[in-house]
Amino acid sequence: MTTEEHTARAMVEAVGIGRDFTVAEGRFPRRVKRVVPAVRSIDLTVRPGEIVACLGPNGAGKSSTMKMLTGILSPTRGSLRVAGLEPSRRRTTLARRIGVVFGQRTGLWWDLPLRDSLELTRHLYRVPAAEHAHRYAELTELLELGPFLSTPVRQLSLGQRMRGDLTAALLHNPRLLVLDEPTIGLDVVSKATIRSFLARLNREEGTTILLTTHDLGDVERLCERVVVIDRGSVAFDGGLDGLRARDPGSDIETVVAGLYRDGAARP
Amino acid sequence: MLVHGAVYARGLRRYSTYRAATLAGVLTNSVFGAINAMVLLALFGARPEINGYDATDAVTQVFIGQALIGVTLIISGPSLDLSTRIRTGDVAMDLLRPVPLQSWWLAQDLGRATFAFAWRGLPTFAVGALLFDLAAPDAPLATVVSLLLVAVLGFALRYLYTLSGFWILDVRGLWTLMGFVGPVAAGMMLPLALFPAPVADVLRLLPWASLVQIPAEIYLGKDTLPGGSALGGLALQAGWATVLLGLGAWVTGRATRKVVVQGG
Repeated sequence: MTTEEHTARAMVEAVGIGRDFTVAEGRFPRRVKRVVPAVRSIDLTVRPGEIVACLGPNGAGKSSTMKMLTGILSPTRGSLRVAGLEPSRRRTTLARRIGVVFGQRTGLWWDLPLRDSLELTRHLYRVPAAEHAHRYAELTELLELGPFLSTPVRQLSLGQRMRGDLTAALLHNPRLLVLDEPTIGLDVVSKATIRSFLARLNREEGTTILLTTHDLGDVERLCERVVVIDRGSVAFDGGLDGLRARDPGSDIETVVAGLYRDGAARP
Repeated sequence: MLVHGAVYARGLRRYSTYRAATLAGVLTNSVFGAINAMVLLALFGARPEINGYDATDAVTQVFIGQALIGVTLIISGPSLDLSTRIRTGDVAMDLLRPVPLQSWWLAQDLGRATFAFAWRGLPTFAVGALLFDLAAPDAPLATVVSLLLVAVLGFALRYLYTLSGFWILDVRGLWTLMGFVGPVAAGMMLPLALFPAPVADVLRLLPWASLVQIPAEIYLGKDTLPGGSALGGLALQAGWATVLLGLGAWVTGRATRKVVVQGG
């Protein structure tokens, strides 16, 4: 079980990963190609059982990093292992071991009742029927899905849909959950439901959670560790206390905003 | 395999929610088929036989073609949601499933094609049989197998058109072009038997012909099929299905390795 041992050491192990995009500029005859580094170099280690929040301004490279971690974007440089696998080469195998939610997208079947998407995960991830049924019932109760299980996904509210997506990502009981802006656009009540659910998942099942967010409430409520990404590099990696200690006089928002501004000056 | 069965069932159920669109499709295809048939009947009135086709053969093929529009979606615009999903970046969600992209969409599209055949194809053909004198199938079993291959081929072609979206981002231009070339090369607008023989012989071997012309010839029992028999026609269809699905798998690999998933 060498992979299991590896997983036990680190859920995510990124060393110097970066991604360049080639952008063509100008009109046809004078078209010039330019290489833009969306992610310069990121080092990140996430141990089993941690909840880590990734913060950073728009365009900092958070989403590109999440895409690399989940295997849908291959890094231009650096070495990366997630749940013991190299994501971009073993994408479909990795998909069985992790759960992913992109807040701005949905993996649910748009025209069909929510139930259809959730029941499909049993075959998709080859979960034994009894185990699936047990977990399905449990998640339905915790996230209060009952009232809209028979509603077509396109008729769900954003908060309902997000809870549906979260359930779909968790029915195969992944050890690592990757969430890209899970609370985007949600009202305070929906946010609170999702936050307390994630905290409970981490506490009771030891699920490792890696999330990106713009909402400092998510961070304060959930995470002990914060990674700030700015201009494609890690500008801060440490505890919430360490972040506060950088500027004891001001609130957390001011500290983070300060990091966004002088991120380029960091090593 | 189980998961593909489940995806097939969901594809079938998903499209069965579009009932009004299906009824409109039957109406359009029947009317267009009737006009096309009347033109051909006038033509065959002047010459009773053209390249082994008589009036009944030609009109039968017209309605086979019309019945297969819904199954193959050879004419209408970007018909796999996948093209929108590539443009918006939602394809990321498809790539995060532990199932290959092509087989996922094949299963779903076969579900859609099954519904389209039962509720759009068969009714259209029935309208044709009511209004005109249509031929009975020469080899019913071979025809059924051929129709299955039509559904697979129709998917494989559209999947390849769609995948080009990973590079060109908006595939609507390509669709407009193929929406014109495809039906002509398939023998859907006009049976290929009415083309000059050298042109028809080349077109018969291209993948589009396997969507309408080849299954029509199998239905009609024509000896212009490759090898002169239904078996030869099925072999041609199966060959193209294998080649196109293989190409699809290869292009999927290239696309997901090299190309960018759009959007933040």
